[in-house]
Amino acid sequence: MKRVFVTVGTTSFDDLIERVTSPEAVQVGQGSILPDSDSCHELTLEAFRFKDSIAENIKCADLVISHAGAGSCLETLGADKPLLVVVNDKLMDNHQLELARQLHQDSHLLYCTPSTLTETLKTMDLAVLSSFLPGQPKHFANFLDRALGVQ
Amino acid sequence: MAVLLGLFTGLCFTVICVIVRLLIVIRSGSKCKPGEKGPVCVLIVAGSGGHTTEILRLMESLSQSYSPRHYIIADTDKMSEDKIRTFENSKKDTGSKGQFTIQRIPRSREVRQSWSSSVISTLNALLYAVPLVFRLRPDMVLCNGPGTCVPLCAAGLLLGLLGLKRVLLVYVESICRVESLSLSGKILYHISDYFFVQWSTLKDKYPKSIYLGRIV
Repeated sequence: MKRVFVTVGTTSFDDLIERVTSPEAVQVGQGSILPDSDSCHELTLEAFRFKDSIAENIKCADLVISHAGAGSCLETLGADKPLLVVVNDKLMDNHQLELARQLHQDSHLLYCTPSTLTETLKTMDLAVLSSFLPGQPKHFANFLDRALGVQ
Repeated sequence: MAVLLGLFTGLCFTVICVIVRLLIVIRSGSKCKPGEKGPVCVLIVAGSGGHTTEILRLMESLSQSYSPRHYIIADTDKMSEDKIRTFENSKKDTGSKGQFTIQRIPRSREVRQSWSSSVISTLNALLYAVPLVFRLRPDMVLCNGPGTCVPLCAAGLLLGLLGLKRVLLVYVESICRVESLSLSGKILYHISDYFFVQWSTLKDKYPKSIYLGRIV
């Protein structure tokens, strides 16, 4: 059985929660919708608002569906899991789209909006995705040490 | 009439002095090397969600020379304190010395808050930020974009303006920002001492920024 983990991080993203219908564990953040475990008949649904860590949920998932927040994306890509990002088109100054678009261009994830979610799930091909190399904070540390004269 | 003219001239003169002093302070960043005298005291601004994750990834890479570490979080932030404590406790396990504190100030702006009310809430946060920064006297402020960082950086700048202490402002734009800067980034680009971007498109648009590739 396939497992899908759906996450909205610390935000409220009711549109996504409403639209998701695949077998899943759903993390719902601050949103107003908290689905009951018996609300979807064809699947096993587990929903929660917040957890200290979603690392286990990501690890057990075959697919992660996430909002475009940096933490959720980086954690999923860092765990080398297929990621479908759903961009919240109701947010002010929708900068989330920039990251999703860039990472999509670099073939690290797929992305869509709540209204195109169902279509994307039907037609997507996860085999096109390539691994995401982690960032290098050491470059930042070396630069800062030199600039500040740290011994 | 003469009194008014005198007052006006006095005001103009004061404003010009403040601007000149501000430019002098802003341009003196590269000469400021707090690491040469000993440990570097850092004020770290943690924001909601991804901001805290990113800043802790940066903090992980810094050596124990960066101490004490003062984390500032917004009063309505429920998640960051736990993440910070977990991070700092893991540092203790690796034998890394150094103290840390966690302080709270009013949030400058909630997600989706209107621009006009954000000005008022940011000014309110400034009333808390100034005494806090004046008390902590950090060598450096490290931030990555939540609204909370604007009043704290402004307070750091004020400390320098008044000749009390030169506080280095280090800004790392979030990895989420590929083509455009955040509002905090646009404000702080001109006054930061070290302004990092993580995508080359931003480096092209903001030539004073530092691009080292993805660093979180």
